Amino acid sequence: MASPQSTFISVERPEQGIVVLAPNTDIDMSRSPDLRAILRQEMSGDAHKVVVDLDEVQYMDSSGLATLVEAMRNAGGTSLKLVICNMNPKVSAIFEIARLDSFFSIVNSRDEAISL
Amino acid sequence: MDQRPEIELRLTSDPMYLCGARELVGCIARRIGFDDMDCSKIALAVDEALSNIIRHGYERAFDKPIWLGLSPIKPSSDSIGGIVITIEDEAKQVEPCNMKGRDLEDIKPGGLGVHIIQEVMDKVSYEKRSPIGMRLVMTKLAPRPGELPRLSDKAPSCKVTLNDRSPSRR
Repeated sequence: MASPQSTFISVERPEQGIVVLAPNTDIDMSRSPDLRAILRQEMSGDAHKVVVDLDEVQYMDSSGLATLVEAMRNAGGTSLKLVICNMNPKVSAIFEIARLDSFFSIVNSRDEAISL
Repeated sequence: MDQRPEIELRLTSDPMYLCGARELVGCIARRIGFDDMDCSKIALAVDEALSNIIRHGYERAFDKPIWLGLSPIKPSSDSIGGIVITIEDEAKQVEPCNMKGRDLEDIKPGGLGVHIIQEVMDKVSYEKRSPIGMRLVMTKLAPRPGELPRLSDKAPSCKVTLNDRSPSRR
């Protein structure tokens, strides 16, 4: 299934049923609609796990956080797993400020996210 | 506010300019002496305030004016220094006391901006401008030497301004 076009989010399929979304820029109000569209697209496909790799994301605001909350809620009650990895301390801070750090599955590396 | 900010930026309410505002704020905060994490959080608070204006105040109209003002608080015998950030708009007015963060126990997308601003900044004040628009004044104090990073739990102050004494910007 083709993903919506985005120049700042790469979509990789390292294994059958696993999709890795890797944004390569800040996620703010101008970028989160693209992330939301791709998450919705990939989560409605045949993947059983969607990994959001934030390794190249230096900054995220609450619109990015809201996008991930929405995705996590959409995954709830299904067999689909949403895992976030490679979060830098500045991005991690907003999860802590919003007290959402325990709401998500967050791991350190992409390998760990894929094997989880 | 009686004094004009030392740095003023007028931007249009287009989300594509949020990155520029963050860069400016982060850069000035760093020069004032905040560490990287505080700079990032201060830029986050500004981003959230601007996003709220675009999303709610201007209802996603991307061609409206927003003014961002920055003033350092110089260290003195009474103060450890810091930064005052002023954000003004011509958007629809809301009662300042209604600008509250939502209950975080209710996990849902959206509505986190005001909570983040209050959590990051030491003092937050919303005012009505005259005749239209809102003014947000946020203060972040520099940490004292040896002080651990803190999250503010201060409630926002509420003030309604009936007479805007700042020079007209229109």
